[in-house]
Amino acid sequence: MGEFRMPSLGADMEAGKLVEWLVKPGAPVKHGDILAVVETQKGAIEIEAFEDGIFERPLVEIGAVVPVGTALAMIAGTGEAAAPEAPVAAAKAGPEVVAAPSPPAAPPPPAAPPVTTGERARVSPAARRLAEQKGVDLLAVTGTGPSGEITLADVEARAGGAPAAPPAAPAGPALVAAEAMTGMRAAIAAAMARSKREIPHYYLAHTVDLTAAEAFVAKYNERREPAERLLLGALFIKAVSLAAKKYPEFSGHFEGGAFTPSAAVHAGVAINIRGTGLVAPAIHDSDQLSLDALMAAMRDLVARVRAGRFRASEVADPTITVSSLGERGVETLYGVIYPPQVAIVGVGMPVLRPWAVDGMIGVRRVVSMTLAGDHRVSDGHRGALFLAAIDTLLQSAEAL
Amino acid sequence: MNATEAEAALTQELRRIAPDVDVAGIDREADLREQFDIDSMDFLNLVTALNKRFGIPIPDADYPRLGSFAGAVAYLVEQVP
Repeated sequence: MGEFRMPSLGADMEAGKLVEWLVKPGAPVKHGDILAVVETQKGAIEIEAFEDGIFERPLVEIGAVVPVGTALAMIAGTGEAAAPEAPVAAAKAGPEVVAAPSPPAAPPPPAAPPVTTGERARVSPAARRLAEQKGVDLLAVTGTGPSGEITLADVEARAGGAPAAPPAAPAGPALVAAEAMTGMRAAIAAAMARSKREIPHYYLAHTVDLTAAEAFVAKYNERREPAERLLLGALFIKAVSLAAKKYPEFSGHFEGGAFTPSAAVHAGVAINIRGTGLVAPAIHDSDQLSLDALMAAMRDLVARVRAGRFRASEVADPTITVSSLGERGVETLYGVIYPPQVAIVGVGMPVLRPWAVDGMIGVRRVVSMTLAGDHRVSDGHRGALFLAAIDTLLQSAEAL
Repeated sequence: MNATEAEAALTQELRRIAPDVDVAGIDREADLREQFDIDSMDFLNLVTALNKRFGIPIPDADYPRLGSFAGAVAYLVEQVP
């Protein structure tokens, strides 16, 4: 018999709200199955089972906000009889939480394998937010999105055709200002405030010639269907991950006054969610994946993040973050380290610039790469070597 | 394929990628990525979807022709039999 607990999805998380069960009492569950969806400040997170067994009964009602570590449900071990009359502990929906200290019983780390489950309708982040504001029960909404996902329009329809604007907001252009920070914005604010308070950042910048990397991508894509094509971004993630393997002081976690380098590199990929914010879930073992596997992992991750769903194990364990502006924006991005990580690599928008090559000036596409490092763990000398190593790796992209 | 069909198909695929953007409210001549706030991954997903739907190759070199909604409609009209 085991308890299925509210996991910790980062040092700044104190509580989460149970929004959905994906299994019914009596259902068999396997390690890695997604059992529940929890609304945290980072958005809706799918929580995986960490043991095989029978999902016996929920202990917490839908809608309840409970501290990290709270038992959400009982999982009976396989072969065990159904539990005897235990106190029917459908906990009352807690009052708005509760900066309770995390109970000592830390939840086991969530399972890593990318099990595909979750047949339930997905909900776009904007739709979920509106449902929250309007008090619309998402279980009662029929999704009309292309894959059956619940869209903003569905929630609006359910809410009685009311306009999407918050009801009390004054007319006029300043609607946004009247809204409180959403959960995700509050989470970003909390994490970044902690980062700026605790982490003595140093910054380095370097301009990388993309000629070799772009030529490699163009050649790679030439004979491939769009579904198999690479983006330059995959090369950036791979190069950063390989460099982080070589320079371990940039990949790991600083907790309790000490840095623990991570044996595995899990690159956190910053993904923009339209109108909501930013999350940076991990691609596990990103240094080990081939470029096509890494690209497939990125596509899958972005799709799930955009659909408003990703997994606990992806949120909890990035060891270094890569934040890339892509093809729109400005030349340089200076990141803020996401605690308890100790480094973030910022990638700006690639631009054409005059560039000296072999004593001549030519026009090259280049990109600015920056490193924000944690002075408690490393210094600019090592940071410079790390950033330069990323450049070197990108110059021989075929070896990535 | 005529322009009406191309427009309907493009609208549908864009809705899959950016469900919260109203196609009626966009500037059809302006940068598609700006109008839909989509990044290179979203754009590649759009290209992938159009490729699967119509069986047209859409090489990297043609991406600029999909730079605006109107441009993409014209491209589909030309490429899709």
